[in-house]
Amino acid sequence: MSGALLALPRVQVRFRPGLTLSIALVAFFVIAAIAPSLLTTQDPLKINLGDALQAPSAAHIFGTDQSGRDLYARVVYGARESLFIGLAATALSMSIAFVLGVSAALGNKLTDGAINRFIELLFAFPVLLLSLLFVTVFGAGLTTLIVAVGVGTAPGYARMIRGQVLAVKGSGYVEAAGALGHSYPKVIRRHILPNAMRPLVVLVTLGVGQSIVWASGLAFLGLGVAPPSPEWGALLDAGRTYITQAWWLEVMPGLAIVSFALALTAIGRYVQQRLEGGLQR
Amino acid sequence: MKTVALKVLGAIAVLWAAATFTFFVQAALPGDRATLILNQDSGQIIKRSDAELAPVNEKFGFDDPIYAQYVNYVAGLAQGDLGTSYRLKAPVTEIIGEQIWPTIFLTIAALIAAWVMALALTLLTAKRGRIPSALGSGYETFTAALPHYWLGVILLVVFAIELQLFPVEGGSSLIGLVLPALTLGIPLAGFLGQVTRDEFEKVLDQPFVTSARARGMGDFGVRWRHALRHAVLPAITLSGWAIGALFSGAVIAEIIFARQGIGNILVTAANMRDIPLVSGIVMLVALIYVVANLLVDLAYRVVDPRIEVSS
Repeated sequence: MSGALLALPRVQVRFRPGLTLSIALVAFFVIAAIAPSLLTTQDPLKINLGDALQAPSAAHIFGTDQSGRDLYARVVYGARESLFIGLAATALSMSIAFVLGVSAALGNKLTDGAINRFIELLFAFPVLLLSLLFVTVFGAGLTTLIVAVGVGTAPGYARMIRGQVLAVKGSGYVEAAGALGHSYPKVIRRHILPNAMRPLVVLVTLGVGQSIVWASGLAFLGLGVAPPSPEWGALLDAGRTYITQAWWLEVMPGLAIVSFALALTAIGRYVQQRLEGGLQR
Repeated sequence: MKTVALKVLGAIAVLWAAATFTFFVQAALPGDRATLILNQDSGQIIKRSDAELAPVNEKFGFDDPIYAQYVNYVAGLAQGDLGTSYRLKAPVTEIIGEQIWPTIFLTIAALIAAWVMALALTLLTAKRGRIPSALGSGYETFTAALPHYWLGVILLVVFAIELQLFPVEGGSSLIGLVLPALTLGIPLAGFLGQVTRDEFEKVLDQPFVTSARARGMGDFGVRWRHALRHAVLPAITLSGWAIGALFSGAVIAEIIFARQGIGNILVTAANMRDIPLVSGIVMLVALIYVVANLLVDLAYRVVDPRIEVSS
């Protein structure tokens, strides 16, 4: 636009409403997870039968549940457990994906073939069904939920990491490092891994949101964390019984999950574009 | 022909590996299996005597060494025998056979709905100027991220409970199929749309498009006759992959709309820890996934014959 007037490279401070909102939302939920009492004065466990199943109003912005507990307070206090599930499942999923992806990309043809087949095999089990199998065998609970979601989401990330490492491995600077006489392990450590892992920041951001979505889906089916925990999925499960009378019991916790996941996706996409360096043009 | 045979062999290998994986997940069950069955049947958690356990162990072959159980399991699968349900005491194949059709109808309806929505969106908004493009792709990003359980609940609340346009409990009627199919179809449409849009925009810059326009072909003709054919290729591949996602979604949609089907019995079975029934359904979905991807692979060769040469 007015680029010709300014010869110096400008620092871009363009206002991005979507990104700002996303960061604000994520910050809100992080605060909720660390210090929920900052965001609400209500007690998430206080039963008040006189106030049961109240629609959202000024006093209870998300409404109340069948025991008259404030739903907004429950969503805020549930953030800690939900975020923990999301982070733990993503950590597990990324560790599996890292081992598989990196060994496939750096290994010989045979290793690569074998790991690729294994990843394909995991793809044949949709996350939800694999999780249901895990729940059936090991019983419902927090650990099962994390392991199931972690294993279920791993193959997609493994494939991406493999592609990333392969791309870096074939790049000019890696070849140059080899030509300069650096040993292969050193090239891997100093050049390949750091460069291949940079986009992982994006994957982790997207992964946490996705894991929370999956874990709440399982909880929605009644196979998650046991009540009276205000974990978001557990809230969905508890509200299902009252769906014909009290829509907010499903819609509001769902809104928290969806907005959190979408906000993380938006931030992840932005970071991705910045890393690739194509955004400002 | 040779590549086709190789593909089929590869698919069988994946299925065999899937069976092995499923078997070992089952074998990792903490605690004693016969005790689990008896406790689930009676609803109490107590220690069982050997006299109680023996007939159960005998019936399900839990006393056999693990490799014998594995061989039996895989041999059974090869003959289409998925084992016996712990809870219903009936063959898993029979239970699935009774319940599978509503789920298949729902999955197909959702796939068709998703394709119609994705194509309409692409044809109408891709490369139609900044604002329609941005709206279209924004809508796709948003819907692709919607979890089935939330979308389903919102559709149920708005269209069935408040507006009363559709029944709250779907049953098996055709009109009851609409909301569940949309629950599955809308996110998939967003997902497919993102892919077709990308391809579509690339294709519209190709020389053959310019040449078609130069021959005097109208805009709609160019989009429909030339660009679309190229743009749908990646989406076809994704549809094979999407079968798995659709099936997961079907489980949730069946629960929300109280529909009959595999999803409903699957969730009950998981709650009751009916291992053979759950793993039978998981194996069936793996089979459907593998077959769907095989077909997609072959369909791809029909749509784009160049693939045969390059692979």
